[in-house]
Amino acid sequence: MSTAALELTGLKKSFGKAEIIRGIDLSIGKAERHAIIGPNGAGKSTLFNLITARFPPSAGTVKLHGEDLAGLEPYQINRKGLSRSFQITNIFPKMTVFENVRCALLWSQGYKYSFWNLVNRSRALTEGAEAILEQINLLERRDLPAGTLSYAEQRALEIGITIAGGADVIMLDEPTAGMSHSETDYITDLIMKVTEGKTLIMVEHDMGVVFGLADRISVLVYGEIIATGKPEDVRADPKVQEAYLGAALEAEH
Amino acid sequence: MNDQLKTDPSKPAQRMRAGSMTLTLGPWIVAAIALLVMPYIFTSNSALTIMNQMWITVVFALAYNMLLGQGGMLSFGHAVYMGLGGFFCMHLMNYIEDFGLAFPLPLLPLFGGLFGMGFAMIIGSFSTSGAGTRFAMISLGVGELIAACSVIIVAFFGGEEGISGDRTYGLPFFGVEFLKQIEVYYLISFWLMLSAVLMYLFSRTPVGRMANAVRDNPERAQFLGYSARWVRFYSFCASGFFCGIAGGLFAISYEILTEENLNATSSGVILLVTFLGGVGFFFGPIIGAIAFTLLQTVLSLQTELWAIYVGGLFLATVMFFPGGLAGLMMMHVPALRLGKAGGLVMPYIKTLIPGAIGVLGVCALIEMTFHFRHAAKGDHEMTLFWTTFDSHTVMPWLIAGIVAAVGLGVARATAPAMKEAWDEANTAGGAS
Repeated sequence: MSTAALELTGLKKSFGKAEIIRGIDLSIGKAERHAIIGPNGAGKSTLFNLITARFPPSAGTVKLHGEDLAGLEPYQINRKGLSRSFQITNIFPKMTVFENVRCALLWSQGYKYSFWNLVNRSRALTEGAEAILEQINLLERRDLPAGTLSYAEQRALEIGITIAGGADVIMLDEPTAGMSHSETDYITDLIMKVTEGKTLIMVEHDMGVVFGLADRISVLVYGEIIATGKPEDVRADPKVQEAYLGAALEAEH
Repeated sequence: MNDQLKTDPSKPAQRMRAGSMTLTLGPWIVAAIALLVMPYIFTSNSALTIMNQMWITVVFALAYNMLLGQGGMLSFGHAVYMGLGGFFCMHLMNYIEDFGLAFPLPLLPLFGGLFGMGFAMIIGSFSTSGAGTRFAMISLGVGELIAACSVIIVAFFGGEEGISGDRTYGLPFFGVEFLKQIEVYYLISFWLMLSAVLMYLFSRTPVGRMANAVRDNPERAQFLGYSARWVRFYSFCASGFFCGIAGGLFAISYEILTEENLNATSSGVILLVTFLGGVGFFFGPIIGAIAFTLLQTVLSLQTELWAIYVGGLFLATVMFFPGGLAGLMMMHVPALRLGKAGGLVMPYIKTLIPGAIGVLGVCALIEMTFHFRHAAKGDHEMTLFWTTFDSHTVMPWLIAGIVAAVGLGVARATAPAMKEAWDEANTAGGAS
């Protein structure tokens, strides 16, 4: 059996006395699109932050392709092929759109902390960045400061930055939060396109997006996963309906 | 609003970089020619001295901006790196003299740079873990520490009288012994040009680009595979290197270094210079250094109160033009591209000239107050703007007061029209 792309074992996190994540076991296979859903305050973003070492876990392990990530810094985890976006748009606002994407390419193209290469000279960097811009439909905005883009464009740019480094495990934290219907459709298609053949883990509130994108869904309630499975199984699960989905599904109809 | 922001990717000339400008070869050639011919235009010895001081300040300010503008690190103790480089060069110069070393003087700044970088590596190893208050406080602390050491470690810093030497004992460099000021001028100009080009190129390297990214958003940079701390560390060391070069040039030009070159005042001045010029653009610190040196040297000949005016200018910059002089210039680029800059000329004349006259009126009041309070008893005569008058009579005060009030009043009244013209000039379409 091949190792899982991401494997969480007994993951726990407390802030003082408050236990936010209360023991999570989850295994996400290669090239799987996995959505994590749950009510507000369930600990979804905290779970993301634990996986990407933004916070250290109180207990348990996170394994990326079978390798324990304990004690690694975010940038080291990123170098191992895990990339993430943030719930609050997190780009480089004063740099141009092109520059944003190019910076995301530097490490994966092996430039490290080089001060003997000129970035403008590298055709691979320019073309790589432009290819990403084309994928996220921002080629036209190439030379604008990223901070001047519209909200949906900034979210698209962030997805572009997240995938640019060629990571094979992509984590998106509420990629469609605060978007209109048409924007949501646009971003969903975009995610579909750019995560082809990659492992995707996303936190999402919009059930349309979740059921459209995900191969499997985990439901997180009060720091515990109460169900994991195919969308239709999760939808049918009475526990899930009681805890969360029922209300959301009713609201949708 | 969006229409004017949209750029056409097929036209490179329309591209504008955020935060930094893409400089082509043109400006560099112009700068090099300017450096070459300046001594033929301003031939006096004092002009040469002023230019030498100016170019050294330019190197220092550019190096400082590698941290402040490019890396988002606010240092309050950056004179240390320039000062230490300078002290090291003074010692080298004295060794050359004492032991008759065959060492060409033009290479000296390189060693100042290496020493500055070495020290930056030590301090940077612990100060660059953050960019905010912690970094600023460490830089301040280290600055105070080294300034205090200057009176304690006399062997290196020479105590209160500092270290002095003589640059002419080095190996003659192709027959040049650097006895004359003009020879020193060209030596400094060479190093200025070299350092500026290298610093510009540094900003175009992967680590230089990531310095901008870390400045904007350190956390995101971490998730691109870069340690924010290491990126800052490399910027810090590079900045220390070029500060050390500036220190070496200072040692060659003045042949003396004292505690003054290390202390918080010098660190404050370079912060002021850089901010005045504009931290957002590569050439900002160059403008700042030129403007500040001119104010410092030329204005200080005219008035004892020059520091007040520089302070006022600095405050006005921070409050009204946070982009500095460079930002002020670059603000006009969109209007120029739209071909509408011409429409700004008349409104500018109508507002800025009365404004300037009003400010001069205020300055006159300040000068008169100063003269009234501080001139020797019985000395009632003062000269201001080529006019000599009695500062103890009412008339001059009345005139200055009216000029100030009317000038500023007119500027205030015409300001809305200028604002309107500005908006119009920055909107695409319509009558041009």
